[in-house]
Amino acid sequence: MRTRDRACCAQKSHIKERIRNIVVNKFPGILGKKIGMTQIFDEKGEVLRCTVVQGGCVVVGKRTQEKDGYSALIVGLGERKEKHTNKAVAGAFKKANQTPKRVVRELRGTAEWVAKFEVGQALPLGDIFSEGQFVDAQGTSRGRGFTGVVRRWSFAGGVQTHGTHEYRRHGGSIGTNMTPGRTLPGLKMPGHYGAETVTAHNLKVSKILADEHLLLIEGAVPGPRNGIVLIRGAVKKNGGVKK
Amino acid sequence: MLSSPVIAKLEATQLRDKLPEFRVGDTVRVHYKIIEGEKERVQVFQGVVLKRHRAGVRSSFTVRKVSFNVGVERVFLLHSPRIEKIEVVSRGVVRKARLFYLRDLAGKAARVRDAKDG
Repeated sequence: MRTRDRACCAQKSHIKERIRNIVVNKFPGILGKKIGMTQIFDEKGEVLRCTVVQGGCVVVGKRTQEKDGYSALIVGLGERKEKHTNKAVAGAFKKANQTPKRVVRELRGTAEWVAKFEVGQALPLGDIFSEGQFVDAQGTSRGRGFTGVVRRWSFAGGVQTHGTHEYRRHGGSIGTNMTPGRTLPGLKMPGHYGAETVTAHNLKVSKILADEHLLLIEGAVPGPRNGIVLIRGAVKKNGGVKK
Repeated sequence: MLSSPVIAKLEATQLRDKLPEFRVGDTVRVHYKIIEGEKERVQVFQGVVLKRHRAGVRSSFTVRKVSFNVGVERVFLLHSPRIEKIEVVSRGVVRKARLFYLRDLAGKAARVRDAKDG
């Protein structure tokens, strides 16, 4: 019994170690809700096709270097209904003196960035992003269920005529006979498609309406309308802000 | 598709006011701003309105004219800030919402009856 406890603890600290050292996007960002797409005219009179993301996430806690080994903001978005709030969750929010939130996520960041915000404060869009900045948008793509190869992997399928019998949307051969005598791992086959975390890189912030907590991002953002998206400075552009 | 109230509010700010009322079959003069490098000038495009697409901010209209015996059609975004003004030259009488049949006609046959002539 004792040995098992110790083993368990060792494993936990191992996980903690991994969380501390994990390489993630630490540029300033927000948690938001995808509202939908629209178009706006820019100052040149050209049309920009934009995704509207509503921010307004509130800091409900912090992770600090001293206490947790890494620094992050714990942010919440949207109100959680009372019937969906169990006592444990309610207690956690009560400690932070906040109403229960529907979605809670940690935003890793530098210690200075985390220190800038107080618990209970809504993340101000105007301070975090600037117009023209490049950002990464992360969301959960639409779930498509069990999908065939034509839709999932854009296979061409078979020929539709010449006596084709029950082989129109099939993927064809999945391997050879004796050598290697097995189907290779990672082969594209039918299966569950969508509902995975997708990041769209280097999207441009075209407009910020800080008062209404709205962010207009040029291009498409993964996920359905009303989906939760994480918007952060672009990793591939060193935060996406022009120096 | 039902648009969200947030988007509806946002799109309302993009709409232009003071646009003249014009319909399919009318002849219009569209004063369109063209930016060439640093300079900006206004180009006028006059022709018959073939089609109107009424869709909030995304509204557009197509104007057709025949220039040196070549039919030219341009699609303008109704709420584009590049449009300086739209003048209605004459009102036409038509029985269709889309005048694509004009593309197959030439010369006198390709005219639209003027509302003034009754």
